[in-house]
Amino acid sequence: MIFLRQLLFPLIAVIAAFIVGGILILLIGDNPIEAYRLLLGSALSWPDGIGYTLFYATPLIFTGLAVLVAFRCGLLNIGAEGQLYVGAFATAWVGISLAGMSAWFLVPLCFLAAIVAGGAWGAIPGILKARFGSHEVINTIMLNFIAVALCSYFTQYHYKNPGPIMETTAIGSGAHVARLGKFIPGLPERIPVNLAFLIALLCCLLVYLFLWRTKWGYELRATGSNPSAAEYGGISIRKQIIIAMTISGSLAGMVGINEVLGYRYRYYDGFSDNYGFTGIAVALLGRNHPVGVIVAALLFAVLQRGGIHVDGFSEYVTKDIVQVLQGTIILFVAAEAFFSGSFSKFGLLKRAKV
Amino acid sequence: MGELLTVALFWSTIRTSTPLILAALGGMFSERAGVINIALEGMMLAGAFTAAAVTHAVGNPIVGLAAGMAAGALVGAIHAVACITYKADQVVTGTAINIIMIGMPAFLSGAFFLSSGSTPQIPKDNLLPWAPIYIAFALVPIAWYVLYKTPFGLRLRSVGENPEAADAAGVSVSRMQYAGVLLSGALAGIGGAYLSIGQSSLFTRNMTSGRGFIALAALIFGKWRPVQTLLACLLFGFTEAVSTQMQGVMKLPSGADIPVQFVHMVPYLLTIIVLAGFIGSSRPPQALGIPYQKER
Amino acid sequence: MIELRNITKRFGSVLANDKVSIVVKPGTIHAIVGENGAGKSTAMRIAYGFYKADSGEILIDGQVQIISTPHDAIALGVGMVHQHFMLVETMTVAENIVLGAEPGNAAALDLTKASADIQKLSEEFKLAVNPNAVVEHLSVGQQQRVELLKALYRHARLLILDEPTAVLTPQEVEEFFAILRRMREQGKTVVIITHKLSEVLAISDEVTVMRDGRVVGQVQTKDTNAAELARLMVGREVLLRVEKPDADVGVTALSVRNLTVTHADGNKRLDNISFEVHKGEILGIAGVEGNGQTELIEALAGLVAASLLSGEMRLEGRDVTRLDARARREIGIAHIPEDRHRRGLLLDFSLSENSILGVHHRPGLLSYGGVVLNDKAIRKRADQIIADFDVRPANQDLPARALSGGNQQKLIIGREFDLRPKLLLVSQPTRGVDIGAIEFIHRKLVALRDDGCAVLLISAELEEVTALSDRLLIIHEGKIVGDVDPKVATIEEIGLLMTGSTKH
Repeated sequence: MIFLRQLLFPLIAVIAAFIVGGILILLIGDNPIEAYRLLLGSALSWPDGIGYTLFYATPLIFTGLAVLVAFRCGLLNIGAEGQLYVGAFATAWVGISLAGMSAWFLVPLCFLAAIVAGGAWGAIPGILKARFGSHEVINTIMLNFIAVALCSYFTQYHYKNPGPIMETTAIGSGAHVARLGKFIPGLPERIPVNLAFLIALLCCLLVYLFLWRTKWGYELRATGSNPSAAEYGGISIRKQIIIAMTISGSLAGMVGINEVLGYRYRYYDGFSDNYGFTGIAVALLGRNHPVGVIVAALLFAVLQRGGIHVDGFSEYVTKDIVQVLQGTIILFVAAEAFFSGSFSKFGLLKRAKV
Repeated sequence: MGELLTVALFWSTIRTSTPLILAALGGMFSERAGVINIALEGMMLAGAFTAAAVTHAVGNPIVGLAAGMAAGALVGAIHAVACITYKADQVVTGTAINIIMIGMPAFLSGAFFLSSGSTPQIPKDNLLPWAPIYIAFALVPIAWYVLYKTPFGLRLRSVGENPEAADAAGVSVSRMQYAGVLLSGALAGIGGAYLSIGQSSLFTRNMTSGRGFIALAALIFGKWRPVQTLLACLLFGFTEAVSTQMQGVMKLPSGADIPVQFVHMVPYLLTIIVLAGFIGSSRPPQALGIPYQKER
Repeated sequence: MIELRNITKRFGSVLANDKVSIVVKPGTIHAIVGENGAGKSTAMRIAYGFYKADSGEILIDGQVQIISTPHDAIALGVGMVHQHFMLVETMTVAENIVLGAEPGNAAALDLTKASADIQKLSEEFKLAVNPNAVVEHLSVGQQQRVELLKALYRHARLLILDEPTAVLTPQEVEEFFAILRRMREQGKTVVIITHKLSEVLAISDEVTVMRDGRVVGQVQTKDTNAAELARLMVGREVLLRVEKPDADVGVTALSVRNLTVTHADGNKRLDNISFEVHKGEILGIAGVEGNGQTELIEALAGLVAASLLSGEMRLEGRDVTRLDARARREIGIAHIPEDRHRRGLLLDFSLSENSILGVHHRPGLLSYGGVVLNDKAIRKRADQIIADFDVRPANQDLPARALSGGNQQKLIIGREFDLRPKLLLVSQPTRGVDIGAIEFIHRKLVALRDDGCAVLLISAELEEVTALSDRLLIIHEGKIVGDVDPKVATIEEIGLLMTGSTKH
């Protein structure tokens, strides 16, 4: 029964957002039904629609998981954007610097780079909060900009690929992660969906097991649910904050695997289409549960893929309608808490001073 | 060194600081009333787009400016309703608004101007290069006065510090918070308008490029006070202006140019340091971010 | 001047005020006394418009009035100073006083006029304040004067003060009384809500005693004495007394020496406390809430930061003062907290998840190298606890939130008892618990004692703590002020010690 209720409110939020979007489309003189048909239809075609949708869903699953883990500890990680950039650059750096190495060593090293770099970038606001009590929201936002600037600097001044595009040189072939097209008949390899998608699904399983089946996950969730009781139970709140933010950052960092190792095979400045912020929407819509995150990520990926299609084929509607829809969905989900009466549910209001 | 301190640099600083001052002062009214405003960026975008679109349509930049202000206030209203009436989490709502505003202006310009996100160019005599600057700098003493010397300001501040005390004294907490948020939208809207019809002559996609967040950083750095916020805005504006002037002029010991990225980082690094308490104590309004519930 | 007639107020299932009728004559200082939960604050908040009564009437100067918000009350000349001050700390005294009723006009706040008006009032009532001082730098006594001036500034004729001396030092209390007398001279009427009998006798003209939501007496102060008031306050029908065999007291289990806990604001919450608890004994600590009990139990449980604490705690001779909460649980100190919602439970988690709080890292409940939670072992243990402690409904997958207070408490007790502790710290064990569960919990506590455990019991319920304890200490303002044998001492004696009287 509770499960159905959990499903109902996000559904209402999504429908409401689509209604608002539909009104907007009407106002500018286009046909909402037609627009939505294009939007959704194009995302579900085979192979391009589904292939690209899964590809877009991959980073969203990672960032959605990142935000989820932080939420469960009572923290709001707005810094997934910066963490994913740092992770992506680190993985590219390893791929470039050790280009000659064989795949058996190089691939795991690149994975490790993404995880460690993202984790470190997440640990910074975690430590700042645990040690100084400063708000993780502002710190993560600031660190986003710093991350982007740092990665941009290194790309431009140290690893740049000659030419007009702001991107690094290519990573060694040993670091490449195979595209799914290699294994699935009927799916051409030009479609960028790669093993990272499977890794993302695996991470969902791992996050679930970690949070609900281990003692560490228990401590993290207890801290998010009621810090006073957790403290009473002998749990160190400070330690949990740092652990949660580090894991969160690592998950976000893994976006680099999809982007760098599986798609462009280099670091491309500004590659992220707001994956970090959309991750917040994905986590919220997915009720902060790994299964929900997969569903929500797929929904947002459908919107993203469909948006591009709508752009080409509709007269007035552009792909920007996607952002409008996404933002509106978040607004309605956030306001929905008012109706379910428990708006402190995710510990968002318990951002207590440590 | 003398090349740095030129008159050109001075004016450049004034111009870069202006939108920051407007948005930061707006943010101050919202946050002093206890409502976190991460959506300054979105409000500025709304103002920038609307000002450019309306000025083009009507041919009058003053109407455009007013329209930009109204657009910012409208976005502020959305934030206010979600956070104050529906008690949604203020950070999440602010983020949602920013995401909407990434797409909305481009969506509308695609519809009205059949463009990929920009508005059509506005002829030079229909621009407002000076008015917003006057407004911004005049606003600082005005904001100071309103905040500290009027009953409205007193009540606003009380609501942000201790809403129960304000409520017990007969002050309407939600009314004050609405006022603060709407003001922040209006001022940020003017700041955005300056970007499109003051500093430039059209609106381009994502024109604000993070200025809303720098304004927020300046507000925090300025400890939520008008004069200190002004100084923070000037400082951040200065670093931005210097980086443009400095390209090729000032060098690192090794002889290389200072990469522009490091200059960009300065406001953000400073804010983190301030928040951690390294530069004096950072004391936000006590009830900031906590939706007020009457406990009966 | 003000009369409450048959005021009745219910909060959910709790009847806070049951046909309460109080008459306050003009120009007097009237005290309303009772234990915690007697309904005094509720009644006065209704008079101030903070709450609305379910039935009954309020009369001001003989006329029935409708008071539905503080606004109405203020307009009728009623002012109230709450137990927890409603002041904006970063603002000045003057700003706080005039907030909501500012002199000047919309464009200009006339703080000079405000200051002048405040000075006038200040002189009239000898309430010395500096209008330009910032509130957070003021002492508690000074802050209280600001609150009084707030009410006077709005021309209050009746002032209701809720536990005004709770946070004052003895010297400040004397100054405060002088202020009250001056107000009475100026024709104001004062109602003070308090539980401190010595003060009631010192300052009031008339006293109303409340108990369990009803008025049980209204007398002239000069006609009564402390003993009579105490009896009215605490006397109640005797509940079922627990069948309690004599204690088989053993060696010292817990020894506390010179324990002092100082708050961040400089106030000493615990002042040089020393005592011992023996194996097989229940040591009770009686006292009105807020006299240091919370700090004592949290210090013993390892939940007070070392920087705020001085003194020594030893368990069976071993120094545990520096151990953290987890270590203390490991060596056998169990803790049933006074606020089960805040400290004791993860309300959104299931009963089985709650049952492992504090022991979730123990190998017995883990598998795969001590990392994965062993569902089978956890569920088995949870079933056991639920069965042994009669937790209903007996479904360990329900969220803790779904249980009644009594069943939540039984779960916590079962969890802590499962530790087979050497020392059990328990505070307010039956608060918010229904009768049936109360009896059950009492029996379990005695049984634990008989098994050789040392029990430290803190309770504000005099009945409970005298029935269960083998020895009884009384705590007041952070100090131990009495050590009695509960079988011999009278309720009046204990009540007096609890409420600050020095007669013993």
